[in-house]
Formats: sequence, C-alpha cells, structure tokens
Amino acid sequence: MSEVRNVSVKNVEEAIYKIALDVAYHIPKDVLKAEKEAYKKEKSETGKKVLETIFSNIEVSSEGEFPLCQDTGLGIVFLEVGQDVHFTDGYVVDAINNGVERAYKDGYLRKSSCHPLTRANYGNNLPAIVHTYVVPGNKVKIMFDAKGGGSESMSKVQMLKPADGRDGIIQTVVDWMIQAGPNPCPPTIVGVGIGADFERSAVMAKHATLRKVGQPSDDPVLAEMEQEILTKINNSGIGPAGLGGITTALAVHIEMEPCHIATLPLAINTACHVNRHKEIEL
Amino acid sequence: MAEYKLTTPLSDEDIMKLKAGDKVLLSGVIYTARDAAHMRMVDSLKKGEDLPFDPKGQVIYYVGPSPARPGKPIGSAGPTTSYRMNTFAPILIEKGQKGMIGKGKMSDEVKEACIKYKACYFASIGGAAAVVGKAVKKAEIIAYPELGPEAVRKLEVEDMPLFVCYDSYGNDLYEMAKKEWANKL
Repeated sequence: MSEVRNVSVKNVEEAIYKIALDVAYHIPKDVLKAEKEAYKKEKSETGKKVLETIFSNIEVSSEGEFPLCQDTGLGIVFLEVGQDVHFTDGYVVDAINNGVERAYKDGYLRKSSCHPLTRANYGNNLPAIVHTYVVPGNKVKIMFDAKGGGSESMSKVQMLKPADGRDGIIQTVVDWMIQAGPNPCPPTIVGVGIGADFERSAVMAKHATLRKVGQPSDDPVLAEMEQEILTKINNSGIGPAGLGGITTALAVHIEMEPCHIATLPLAINTACHVNRHKEIEL
Repeated sequence: MAEYKLTTPLSDEDIMKLKAGDKVLLSGVIYTARDAAHMRMVDSLKKGEDLPFDPKGQVIYYVGPSPARPGKPIGSAGPTTSYRMNTFAPILIEKGQKGMIGKGKMSDEVKEACIKYKACYFASIGGAAAVVGKAVKKAEIIAYPELGPEAVRKLEVEDMPLFVCYDSYGNDLYEMAKKEWANKL
C-alpha cells in the first residue's frame, strides 16, 4: 500500500493544456520515425511524394502557426488514478475539460464537438471523452489523444462467432481496412481489440493505437497476428493517401482480454498518420 | 500522366482534357463547404432560393479549416473525407459545379454525375493541412458564419497541388493505384 497522496486537479488541468497544445503542432517522435523508415522502403514514386508532403507538413506545423491537421480532434483521455490518490481543488473531470477548452482556444485549434442531431457546433470542443481506471498506487497517469473524425469514422465493433477464430479475426480486420481505403488518411496505425465484451473491445482498440508505433505485443501469438495483418494490409496497394504504394499501415497493435464462451468481440479503431497523443505521470 | 495548370472557373474543355492520375496545379477562387453547409445549400435549392454562390464552373473544397491566427487568412486547411457529401455532390454538379476537392472514395452516383455533366473529383492529401493552409492567399466567409469551421468560405489559392481522382470518363485513381500496387511488398 502506498501512502495517500494529494494531487491538485489544477496540475491535471495544466498537464492537459500543455499536451493538447503540443500534440496539435508536433508529431510524436515514434510516429515520425516509423514514417521515415516506411519512406525508405516505399517503392511507389507517388507514394514517396505523398510521404514527402507529409514530412513538409510536419515541418511547417512545428513552427507553431499551423496545426498538423485542420481537424485537431476531440480530446480523448485515458485517466489512470492510483487508489491512494486524493484529488484536491475541484473535480478532476472539470479540470480536464478546462484544460481542453483553454488549449483549443489559445492554440487556434478547431472546435469540432457538436450536437449529434442539430449539428450545432458547441464552440469549445467539449466535452473531452474520459476513460477512468482505478489502479494500485498513488500516481495519476494521463494519456491524451487528439482524435480526428476521419480516421475515427473508419472504426467498427463486430461480434464474431467463436468459430471464426484467429483467421476470422485477421480476415475481418484486413477486409475492413481495405474497404476503408484512403478514408482514414493512410499510412495508419490500426488498433484492434479482441475479447472482453462489446464496449470494452472498442476501448481496447483505441488504447492500442496509442502504443509506441511498431512495438509488438508482449503476447507472441498476438505479435504474429499483428505482423500477418500488417503484411496483408500493405499488400493491398492502397498506399500513402490511397494514391498507391506499399505503405498503407505503419503498424497493427492488438490488445486482448478474456471473453464469454458464447462471444468473440472484435473492435477496430484507426489512427491517421499524425496520431497525436502523449502521456504524462503526475 | 500529365500535369496541368488550371484557373477557376473551369470549363467543359478543361475537364475533358483531365484523366484520372493527372496532376493539377489549381489557382483562382474556390469555395469551401462540408456537411452542414451542403445540407443548407441543398435545402435552399429545394425551396427555390439562391445559393451563397453560383456553382457554375466552380470548385468546392471539402474542408473545415482551423481558426486563423491574427494576420493570417486561414488556419490549417486539409481535405475532409468526401463520402459524406455523396448525396449532395450530384445535385450541385447538375447545377454546373465542375469540381470537388477532398480525400477518400465517393459513390458511383458521383462518378456518373462527373461523366454526365463533365466534372472531376480531385484528391488532395489528407492531413497535409498546414502546407495547404500556408498556401492560401485570401479567405473570406460568405455564408453561414454561425457554422464556425463549417461556414462557406471563398478562398484564393495559387498552384494548389491536386490529383485527378475521378475524371469525366469514369476512371478512378484510387482503384487504378490499388491495382497497380497490390502484392508488391
């Protein structure tokens, strides 16, 4: 047991504010590294040109005036709270929302949240979408993901039959990503959630997109599936921006949890080539 | 595959020389509109009202830019996913629109409208938004300011790099590219 520790939600707000501003203008290092490696291997001239444009874009954005993408996303937060943490100075979710609202205003980032039916834009990019986990210890871990709508729309949850098994999972993911084609802004990072239940598979799929790009799963069975799916997606020919080539996905990341004997939940969530995210521990 | 410099408004002759896979450097005035603006424009047409601009010969860029910093005409401005405009594009093409700029696949109905009324769908690179935003010379909101990023803007662009994706002959660059590069790992 760790000692109970006070954490001011003001620190949470500051952390969210800084990260949201940072990721809108600066691509994660691991994503850029994966793209540079893909560039070396890309055989299509057009594919190489597209990647060069992506690199110029990263450079222009890093000057701090134009965000990487006009769709600066909704704020998705994976919040891991040690059970010995005591939040002070307010409600932690309010603090997260304050951090997002301030960052999107001060950073000239696009406000994309709207009423689902009237489509009226709320003008503040709120609310952030917060997934909270209580974990051992007295630390707070924040993973922030600025998730754009184009790649998010190319997501799905499908309840497979247990008999579909490994091969059925691979086929479903590959078919889905080929059908998605140019829509999610390839080269993408494909997150896959297998098992648990309906909604948890979806959360796993999104969480999987935030893993260090290309770091294989600790589970050798999953690591092998990740490679097999990646090869099949990159053999589709879709290529960077869908204009042809061998770089359609940079990586496939799978997370898996036990499921019911009657079910085989499968979720797919795609991150585009800017995959803006960052984590911090308080 | 050829490369063309074109200036808006576009004519049937401009469109007919373009083939899927050609590169275009587009200059002149283009208009921005995405989901909400299209819903309103098509609604106006149904009611017999005027559109915020005459679509004849024009190119619509599917984009919702990020806010402009002081002294800049616009923020980042890359293309949004085009299939959400599938139901609207053929209606505006029939009214004389000559081009759409976006990313991702559109429907067979859009392809057919491009053949029937001589129009093109131009693909831009999704996520290359800072580069495009920096290249926009002028931007002005001309309709639906309350829609924020979804308001209709009149942009002036110079040599905006585009790929002809659907031409007026039924060709589809995405399908062609996929076929050419399948199983090449």
